Amino acid sequence: MTNEELKTGISELAATAIIDEADANGWLTVNIEATNWLSFAQSLRTDPALQFNFLFCLTCVDWKTHLTMVYHLRSTIYKHELVVKAKLDRNNSEIESVAHIWRTAEFHEREVYELFGVNFMNHPDLRLLILPDGWEGKKPLLKDFEDPINMIRL
Amino acid sequence: MWSLSNIAANIDLWLNEQVGATWAVVLEMVIAGVAVIGLFATLGLVLVIMERKVSAWMQIRLGPNRVGPKGMFQSLADTLKLLVKEGMTPGGADKLLFNVAPFVAMIVAMLLLAPLAFAKDFQLWDLNIGVLYISAVSSISVISILMAGWASNNKYSLLGAMRSGAQIVSYELSAGLAVLAIVVLTGSLRISDIIQAQENGWWLFKGHIPAIIAFIIFIIAVTAETNRAPFDMAEAESELTAGFHTEYSGMKFALFFLAEYANVFIVCAIGATLFLGGWMPFHIGNWTAFNGVMDWIPSSIWFFGKTFALIFLIMWFRWTFPRLRIDQLLNLEWKYLLPISMFNLLLVTLIAIMGWHF
Amino acid sequence: MFEEVGTTTEGDLIINMGPQHPATHGVLHLVVTLNGETIKNVEPHLGYIHRSIEKMCESLTYRQFIYVTSRMDYLSAHINNHACAMCVEKGLQLEVPPRAQVIRVLMDELTRIASHELWWGAMAMDLGAFTPFFHAFRERESINDIMEETCGARLTMNYMVPGGVMHDLHPNFQRRVKDFLQLYKSKVHEYDEMVTGNVIFQNRMKGVGIISAEDAISYGCTGPVARGSGVSCDVRKHYPYEIYDKLQFDEILETGCDSFARYMVRVREMNQSISIIEQLIDNIPEGDFQAKTKAVLKLPKGEFYSKAETARGELGVYIVSEGGTTPYRIKFRSPGFSNLSILNRMAKGGKIGDLIAAMGTLDLVIPDIDR
Repeated sequence: MTNEELKTGISELAATAIIDEADANGWLTVNIEATNWLSFAQSLRTDPALQFNFLFCLTCVDWKTHLTMVYHLRSTIYKHELVVKAKLDRNNSEIESVAHIWRTAEFHEREVYELFGVNFMNHPDLRLLILPDGWEGKKPLLKDFEDPINMIRL
Repeated sequence: MWSLSNIAANIDLWLNEQVGATWAVVLEMVIAGVAVIGLFATLGLVLVIMERKVSAWMQIRLGPNRVGPKGMFQSLADTLKLLVKEGMTPGGADKLLFNVAPFVAMIVAMLLLAPLAFAKDFQLWDLNIGVLYISAVSSISVISILMAGWASNNKYSLLGAMRSGAQIVSYELSAGLAVLAIVVLTGSLRISDIIQAQENGWWLFKGHIPAIIAFIIFIIAVTAETNRAPFDMAEAESELTAGFHTEYSGMKFALFFLAEYANVFIVCAIGATLFLGGWMPFHIGNWTAFNGVMDWIPSSIWFFGKTFALIFLIMWFRWTFPRLRIDQLLNLEWKYLLPISMFNLLLVTLIAIMGWHF
Repeated sequence: MFEEVGTTTEGDLIINMGPQHPATHGVLHLVVTLNGETIKNVEPHLGYIHRSIEKMCESLTYRQFIYVTSRMDYLSAHINNHACAMCVEKGLQLEVPPRAQVIRVLMDELTRIASHELWWGAMAMDLGAFTPFFHAFRERESINDIMEETCGARLTMNYMVPGGVMHDLHPNFQRRVKDFLQLYKSKVHEYDEMVTGNVIFQNRMKGVGIISAEDAISYGCTGPVARGSGVSCDVRKHYPYEIYDKLQFDEILETGCDSFARYMVRVREMNQSISIIEQLIDNIPEGDFQAKTKAVLKLPKGEFYSKAETARGELGVYIVSEGGTTPYRIKFRSPGFSNLSILNRMAKGGKIGDLIAAMGTLDLVIPDIDR
């Protein structure tokens, strides 16, 4: 499906979403409200014309004022790709988990949870994966994380 | 003529002259004990270096080549290292069982040497139930592994020991039935009788196809019984790190190691005795000249030559095959080897009764 | 400490496999719940070799950060560097000279063969056969020698730079690669004789570690793991980069869904890589090996994503740029991390030996998972 078709298809699914033009990678970016994410994800996965069945990248970006969840989706059937972004509050970041839609999200969300502190609601097993058990304090990938011993600044 | 039995007879004669009959027996026993320990130490050194050289040869590399000529003293150096290492006992271990287990393994291996005939008329104890004695005593070895696994207070050890228990108990059956085939052919449990029966041809050749089947099953079963790859479930280092001897170090580990090689030697010696005629030279019908040349080779060379050929075969297995899974291992025994060896035993009995063998 | 983890009932045994364990090939830590020999649950604990490369890259320039990525999937170091270089090139809209493109593809494919060789040996060793490991290393050594001559390193090559490769090929390169091709072809039959055709090996691998095609997609599996389940996902075919669209090669697909299918995918993939190298080795175009670039690279504001097919699957590099000389945020979508997540599903209900056979075919490189 071309980006134009995707755009019309997606704006039907989520009327409030803001769809950016294709970026350097040629992908559309859909900016949605974090609260709408779960139902939007569900429809992206199941809509027969879209069928985004492959979540190939899930990450988060710390913009100092807010966090942005970035989901890279692909349909292995139609070969189209899409970026979905959701803005999160930095102090109280939470978003619905999509681990039951794309199982790969389970590990990726655990990673984001411990490195950014994003709380994934209804995640099947939200525990620390990489950090040592009982880790407390700042989340390492946040921009204001400081570790005077282990971090080397050039 | 110079031979092991002559030396033994001369020593016996000399001792009887010097200290009298009673003390001679006592001293002879001490000498035999020392000789057995000496044999074990030598065997350990020789088999370890042999295994390392064989594996190196199969893996296109050189193997140990630093200590001594062509690395021949490597295993000696390893033994020295193991001797001076601290033998640690883990905190939660059952100290008595943990420390006794390697000795049990070793003692079982030593006991098994008793009925073996190393050369013509050279045997520690020619008892009339030699084969039965061997199968009875060899089953004790599983106890040492279970002891080690249980006492280590380590889950890997326990798993290894349990696997080993299931495995050795199962494969004992096939090994026993394979041995029984030869007993049926010979009509005697005495080792010297079995060897004598092969004077004009080894059972492997005389016993037709059933003897060959029994030999193959015997080799498979004893490979499993000695926990050698491809049946090294008890160790399975990629699954259970080191299995039942995970927690052992120093000389206690070395004893397990030595017991493994001693067991390999013993089962190969038994295989050589039962199927390949023990110390009997290789004879072909009435080729008198050929047979004369074969007779000229000392009987001890025949025995050790056959044994080491079988040991090489078992080492070859180890460095070629992947490991079986535990359920496949038990399937192989209970679904294939055991029924085949039972049927084979019937066949052998028929052959023996009808006198169809050579 | 881990006793309370997971649901356990009376009679279950929990063993910690790793972080030091012969079969986990590094510092992977699996908490395995067993009932007898049967596996009830496998739970990976990561982080023993986590260096936070993503955080590190945030303070490194666009030239520097590529070198760190050699340390992620160290068996596919070239391809990691390649993906990063491509991402920077995408931001700079840089055209890579044809010679550099061919060199890059040649290096990638050599890396893929070397990685699969190591995996092949280690896989056989996991199943208890030691000898294949040494036979695999014989061929791998000659690839490493080729790499050493041209790149100056044997493992972490750091040969790809934005705009091309760091320096030109060594004059011996073509001759030695041809020698390698000859060596490989004269020895490849050993692989089948020693391992593939072995009855014990086939029994250990067949029907073990089943991944259905749906699961493979849902769990984000890529590379040989997904292709063993019949999921076509080769980045070189679907999203061709460099000159892959001009080359003749097949995407290997197996439909067995089990460990043996994944094994066959990798073994057959080596032959495809050999054929790619054969097509290119006599046709390396003359010209520059590197495009002209500025001394200090600055990416425009925006987001750049590039993907490459490593020996383990799809590697994604996601750069968020604020217009400076260093990335604002960088994310590596490593194939091993997603592939690992399916381990529990594969191993459940099998024996311990099956876990080893299933884990071996995932071809896990722990620094790639931990980054």
